[in-house]
Amino acid sequence: MSAASPLQLDTLFGEYPLDQAFDEMREPNGDVRAHYRALAETLASLPPEELQRRKQSADLSFLTQGITFTVYGRDEGTERIFPYDLLPRLITAKEWERIERGLTQRITALNLFLRDVYSDAKILNDKVIPRELVYSCKHYRRQMRGLQVPRNVYIAVVGSDLLRLKTGEFVVLEDNLRVPSGVSYMLTNRRVMKRTFPQLFSSYGVRPIEHYPQMLLATLRSLAPEGRPEPNIVLLTPGVFNSAYFEHTYLARQMGIDLVEGRDLVTHDNIVYMRTTDGLKRVDVIYRRVDDDFSDPLVFRADSSLGCAGLFNAYRAGNVTVTNAFGTGLADDKAVYAYVPKMIRYYLDEEPILPNVETYILSEEKERQHVLANLDKLVVKAVGESGGYGMLIGPHSTAAQREEFSRAIEANPRNYIAQPTLDFSRAPCLIGNSLEPRHVDLRPYILFGDKVNIVPGGLTRVALEKGSLVVNSSQGGGSKDTWVLE
Amino acid sequence: MLSRVADSLYWMSRYLERAENTVRQLDVTMGLMLDTGGADEETRWQRLVASLGKPAGLDWNGDLEAMAHKLVFDNLNHAAVTFCVNGARENARQVREEISSEQWQRLNRLYHQIHSPLAENQFNSSINDALASIIDGIHLFKGVSNSTMIHGQGWQFIRMGRFLERAYATATLLEVYQPDLLHAQTREHVGYQYLELVGLLRCCTSFEAYCQVYTADVTPDRILEFLLLNRDFPHSIRYCVDSIREAIDSIQRTGGRRPPGELISGIGRLHAMLDFTTIGEILHGDTSAFLHNIREQCLRIHEQIYRYYVNYSIQSALAS
Repeated sequence: MSAASPLQLDTLFGEYPLDQAFDEMREPNGDVRAHYRALAETLASLPPEELQRRKQSADLSFLTQGITFTVYGRDEGTERIFPYDLLPRLITAKEWERIERGLTQRITALNLFLRDVYSDAKILNDKVIPRELVYSCKHYRRQMRGLQVPRNVYIAVVGSDLLRLKTGEFVVLEDNLRVPSGVSYMLTNRRVMKRTFPQLFSSYGVRPIEHYPQMLLATLRSLAPEGRPEPNIVLLTPGVFNSAYFEHTYLARQMGIDLVEGRDLVTHDNIVYMRTTDGLKRVDVIYRRVDDDFSDPLVFRADSSLGCAGLFNAYRAGNVTVTNAFGTGLADDKAVYAYVPKMIRYYLDEEPILPNVETYILSEEKERQHVLANLDKLVVKAVGESGGYGMLIGPHSTAAQREEFSRAIEANPRNYIAQPTLDFSRAPCLIGNSLEPRHVDLRPYILFGDKVNIVPGGLTRVALEKGSLVVNSSQGGGSKDTWVLE
Repeated sequence: MLSRVADSLYWMSRYLERAENTVRQLDVTMGLMLDTGGADEETRWQRLVASLGKPAGLDWNGDLEAMAHKLVFDNLNHAAVTFCVNGARENARQVREEISSEQWQRLNRLYHQIHSPLAENQFNSSINDALASIIDGIHLFKGVSNSTMIHGQGWQFIRMGRFLERAYATATLLEVYQPDLLHAQTREHVGYQYLELVGLLRCCTSFEAYCQVYTADVTPDRILEFLLLNRDFPHSIRYCVDSIREAIDSIQRTGGRRPPGELISGIGRLHAMLDFTTIGEILHGDTSAFLHNIREQCLRIHEQIYRYYVNYSIQSALAS
């Protein structure tokens, strides 16, 4: 690695404010952090046209591979390349160790919570979590009461969103326990990055993530119904119009399992079959990427044609494993989220390793008054939404929007929570020919079968618009490869 | 394999074959129009449209380039090249886990190529180059399919789609050409007539192969024999039917269900018809009816494939 002088490094940076927010690459005084130095030196040594050339070749690679997502609400050009940034986000071994321990603890507790709520409900009887909060959740599924799920695993596939605060500490913003997506971008980003910066990659000693599909397959296999030694595992997709369709095909191909749609499935005598060219074939495990509501028109929404009629009864009868289980959205409800630290203490008798973001429950009179008085400083979120929909960011809002939200909150306080506006960390992105900081989060992917498994890294999502705090791909966010160092 | 997947692979392949056929026939027709001594442009255009199965919206308006443009770049017309490429890609997109990444990338590249503004520019400056590059794209896809996809059931459905489409298209083409060409008064084919005959062969990329078998002595009866009955040339109807039969055999081998009698006998009948008939018998009989019969049988085989592999009833499947 050539020893570039600090002066050369300075020319790398474009408009690069260093303020209160934690900067992933630079110390508050502007120095490049130790683990980012090799990256900075490599960038400084490349001529600007070379950097652009690599960017274009990566772009082309994404387009021809068809790594795209679908934007809802547009007719033409609905397929877009998932925007990404060329520079990796680096995480040190020590930071990762803590994240891994924290997530393992958290997911274990959340799974115990789901099992408890859908069986004895001890945590409610002990008044640790208010009963009405759980039963009023729109993702609570009474059909799941008293149902024995295979190996007591409700949430086999999880993606939790982490942020890094001013102090450099990681906190959990939310858990995605229903159908978390984005893992295919994690995997393809890595493949493109290895080709874009081969030498840099090998010099860093990055921990591999490529075995994720294999781990997912092993997790699914471990959940197969008893007495099915060679289970037929399938991935259930809503179909080609779903925004994450690319990911569904990608994972099915990487795992070598069939990608099925609801119309491919039939049930008979509580057994699920798929239609093949060789007649009907029994299905044992379904990795479900269709929401609860749309999974079975006999039990959930009757107007859905995406699922399979009779699926839930087959599941109840134990003839097929569906994962994640139904009703897991209860535990990622944004109001229930506020109680996760209490769950960890209640079930595991441990202190949470990864803290929560401070959250106001608006059905509590006192907290609601405080929030309504400070709407311009807070972020308000609808509890059952995801993907950045149904959100008010106080400091960036207009008076009319605040008015609208305060009326909505008064009308249905259970439906909203509020959190302080977080000044979460920023990482350098390639904007034009220079580096500028953008806000980033981190979504690691957690698998839970025989035990909890986390591939080192995850998807770093970037708010590519300057100053924006929204990282969701549906709202102009992009992604970065995430390198966890040895 | 999932029935829906088989369905998509089959149609992906049919659409691409159709696109290739359209491009080739357009290319040949435009080449023939350069020699103004034979039939006029309108007659030739109508013959082209007829041999593509008479798709609507392609009535001659006197402007060849505009007509050609319409036949290539139309997202709505079922015969148009872009429509077929869109259809092929859409089907491929729905079974991306089944085809290889290389196949998908090839097809996706062809799709982006044909939809880019550059494609229109190229078309306007040189139609021949534009058509050639589309054919190239399709050939690359086929080559990559051959070498990167597992030759299992999915592959057999791709073959079935390709050869059924090709057999049907070739029969249609011959049916359209045969009144003019085969019943010509003279046995001497020089000048324009020679060009027409070579054009017919080129529509099936078979001129060079023909010469290897018969020398450059091009006569209508030999052309008919070659395109109908040749055992070894991939564009002859007999070869196509043999390939469909092999594909079905292979699917049966890897499957395990009892073979469907109707499908086996349907394909067997067509196979036998081409195996045991001589060109003399065909020419003495009603050639047009013979060709028409081939098309009918192709349609029936398609229906049988669907009834047995894709659209079967749940009751019958549970009973077996």
